[in-house]
Amino acid sequence: MPQRWIDILRQRLRSLLRGTAVEQELAREMRFHLDQQVEANLRRGLTPADARSAALRRLGGVAQIQEECRDARRTSYIENFFQDLQYAIRILIKTPVFALTAAATLALGIGANTAIFQLLDAIRLRTLPVPEPHRLAQILIPNLNFGILDGPGNLSYPLYQAIRTNQDAFSDVAAWDSQYRNVRLGRGAETRQVSALLVSGTFAGTFGLSPAAGRLLRPEDDFRGCPAPGVVLSYPFWRSEFGGNPSAIGSRLWVQNLSLEVIGVMPPGFSGPEVGLRLDLALPLCALSTPPSGDASIFDRSDNAWLNVMGRLKPGWSLAQASEHLRAISPALMRATFPSGYSRDSSAHYLDFHLEAISGATGVSQLRQQYDQSLWLLLGLTGLVLLIACANLSNLMLARAGAREREFSVRLALGAGRGRLIRQTMTEGLVLAAAGAALGLGAASVLSRVILHFLESDGSQLNLDLSLDWRIFAFTAAITSITCLLLSLAPALRAARGHAAEAMKASGRGLTADRGRFRFQRLLVVIQVSISVILVAGAFLFVGSFRRLVTLDPGFRAAGLLEASFDLGKQEHDETVLRQLLASVRATPQVDSAATTTNFLIANGMWSLIARTDAATRDARFNWISPGFFETLGTPILAGRDFNVSDSRTSPKVAIVNQIFAQMFLPGPNPIGKTFRSLAEPDYPEAQYEVVGLVRNTRYFEIQSAEPPMAYIPNTQFPQGVAGTQMFIRSRAPLAGVEAAVRRRIDSWRPGTEIDFQVFQQTISDSLIRERLLAALSGFFGVLAALLAGIGLYGVLAYQTLRRHGEIGIRLALGAARGQILQMVLKEAALLVLTGLIIGLAGALTLSQAAASLLFGISPRDPVQLGAAALALAAAAAIGSLLPALHAARLDPMQALRDE
Amino acid sequence: MSKPSDLLQGTLDLLILRTLALEPMHGWAIAARIEQTSREVLQITQGALYPALHRLEQQGWLRAKWRKTETGRDAKFYSLTAAGRTQLDKELAQWDRLSNAVGLVIRMAEE
Repeated sequence: MPQRWIDILRQRLRSLLRGTAVEQELAREMRFHLDQQVEANLRRGLTPADARSAALRRLGGVAQIQEECRDARRTSYIENFFQDLQYAIRILIKTPVFALTAAATLALGIGANTAIFQLLDAIRLRTLPVPEPHRLAQILIPNLNFGILDGPGNLSYPLYQAIRTNQDAFSDVAAWDSQYRNVRLGRGAETRQVSALLVSGTFAGTFGLSPAAGRLLRPEDDFRGCPAPGVVLSYPFWRSEFGGNPSAIGSRLWVQNLSLEVIGVMPPGFSGPEVGLRLDLALPLCALSTPPSGDASIFDRSDNAWLNVMGRLKPGWSLAQASEHLRAISPALMRATFPSGYSRDSSAHYLDFHLEAISGATGVSQLRQQYDQSLWLLLGLTGLVLLIACANLSNLMLARAGAREREFSVRLALGAGRGRLIRQTMTEGLVLAAAGAALGLGAASVLSRVILHFLESDGSQLNLDLSLDWRIFAFTAAITSITCLLLSLAPALRAARGHAAEAMKASGRGLTADRGRFRFQRLLVVIQVSISVILVAGAFLFVGSFRRLVTLDPGFRAAGLLEASFDLGKQEHDETVLRQLLASVRATPQVDSAATTTNFLIANGMWSLIARTDAATRDARFNWISPGFFETLGTPILAGRDFNVSDSRTSPKVAIVNQIFAQMFLPGPNPIGKTFRSLAEPDYPEAQYEVVGLVRNTRYFEIQSAEPPMAYIPNTQFPQGVAGTQMFIRSRAPLAGVEAAVRRRIDSWRPGTEIDFQVFQQTISDSLIRERLLAALSGFFGVLAALLAGIGLYGVLAYQTLRRHGEIGIRLALGAARGQILQMVLKEAALLVLTGLIIGLAGALTLSQAAASLLFGISPRDPVQLGAAALALAAAAAIGSLLPALHAARLDPMQALRDE
Repeated sequence: MSKPSDLLQGTLDLLILRTLALEPMHGWAIAARIEQTSREVLQITQGALYPALHRLEQQGWLRAKWRKTETGRDAKFYSLTAAGRTQLDKELAQWDRLSNAVGLVIRMAEE
């Protein structure tokens, strides 16, 4: 047997490598056969001429026999493939418009889907790079009620400690500061900001981290007032700062003016429990209490929720069991950590809190909360784009293959093998798919970076792993390519199945095109139009919603405003220093006006107390401001007066309220002179205020939300001493220059004061990133959809009219007016588009409900926007159909008939 | 464009192998021999013969060599390989079984 395999191998190699020799041999063999036949015929007594022609007849199609011999040699597959490849490339280059349209369509479909999925995957789906991430569970209070437990995190330190000591479900529980802090690294002129995370000593154990070098923080590193906390580097920081050198361990870093020892490096790939944030350093929680500037009070306050908490489930415990267990021990924990100083109502809320465990496998993420829904929505939109792209491709391929039916027939008649024809069409599809996929790969990486850039605002650098997900790329590329292949194949199969002569007849000499053949293509156009309507409607809704947001009157004039925060250290409640500070800023030449506030508006947290009058008891936003605040913001005072210097620490407490506050708490024609109370909270004893002014409503925490009830109190009457280190500054001069001028001014008054500036309009625009992203991307997809629909319609009509040239020629020759021809083609198009529009609008009405919560000030079924979408698409379709219609109407009947 | 052939699928291979078992031959001679032996009942078309020869060669049953004919012309002579001989035995056995079976059925139908 082995001899046989060697024979086979030799044969194949010979066929493959010495192709020409084999071909020549084949020809010689055929010639010899022919000669033998001629001789045989001569022997039978035929004349030489007859002998030869009889032999030729008997032999049949030499080319065909040779082709079949080649097929028999098998290696022809490989040879043919290269031939087909060359041919396909040549043919595609000859029709560049088709090739580019198809490849670009593929690229956009593949690229957009991969990009969005990449982001979704990075933000939403990827689990933390730790051992057994599915055993991690985040612990939080699902019925958390702001006003009693405040802070950016989920739990307070005393509650975290109570959980640790009382729970049975977790092998360990870790806490970390919910905010990644910007800390100063280095000393003197070389300081810069790096991102640090404060973690409990149990952090590494709970997450199951092992150090890349040195050691990680241990429970014994984290004790209150720790004098010299060790610092752990993130792996990328270790690489960039120390070149990954192990000698970094034991060296010292200046962090916030403390000299700290580097004790170890976190494992590569781990950038903290929060997805999307950059992490440079990890410090123990106790670093907050390190002398001299440390303050341990935060560890005692059970009304300050600044921690996020994660536990690792013990073997045998499920998430549900753990959650149940936490719920069961909650009442005791809440009683044990009960914060003092709250009013009775608030206290009841606190005792009612219960704990819950949710899966922590993918870490925690603000990005997720912010963008989860929008990303899924965008993925849905790109999915629709992919559908349209596929439909468009099918149309293109069908039209093209249809137009080549005659070529196929001719080649069949000349003796081409059917299999060969089919393989060749597939090769063309393959070339297109490969080009599309390559372009799509590029498009995906560009697009996902553009989106990421969109999401990054000035202040926040995102740290997302956008390495290409090959699975999803392969998946998208595969489905698009298969569509492409199958649809190019269908007509080739049809052509190959039929009889060559028939095919030539049908494709060449018929005067009317076979309508049945277009049915599928027309169906595709209807599908395309209806999906496009949905996409365009989405674009109109999101762009409309965004327009409303940016043109909305928030109750203040944001342009020309700066937010400035001054670090006065221990003097932050010193009334004299604060008065000097405000005076210095106001005295800066470029500054038109300035006023202090305890809370900047928009994206800067909320500050609530419970307010009570006879009419209502509920939470309201409180803000302690200096005189001139409303003038600076450009918010009109509607009645009463602004604060002034006579509203002091000792004078009766006064307040200015907004319209909503007046309506809720002080019904009646005139709120001025009426009083209300604020209920007690730790540090905020109960107080009574007399209303002295009424101002217009303003947006508060976000532009998107309705104005809350607000009470403004003089900053001199702030419970913990005068407040005034945060300022709104208004100027008509360029704001960068104003910043510099204020800096110089303050530096000459009190050298070394740290100032942090934000351009208010930038803050607002950053807070609208999600809306802008949705508007931009849905707008892009909408335009793309309309474009593809137009192209699709054009393709079908152009092909159809081409096939009907003969018919149109005859009509014209028989006296049809050109207008009638135009009408004939357009009527056909209008029917398709109208059907598509109706289906699409129905779809849009059903689907848009899903986007309701992402829309602002627009109903998801807004008839104006949906109507506009339908109109826009109709316009695109009109252009797409007018071109071929005009072309048909301009036909020269003589020419058209002669072509036939 | 179906191949006009009265031969059962796969029978051509058997005929070629059997013919070549006698001596090496070129294509034309194989066709001629089969026609002659079958008393002109089996007509082998070239469209079927040559692809079959090439296929059998590819499968390692046949080996081909260019040699001079008695008339002094170059021709491609096919001969059986050892593997081809085994294959022939196998196919002959199969053919016997098949024709016996067909014969049985036909006779039963006659009775």
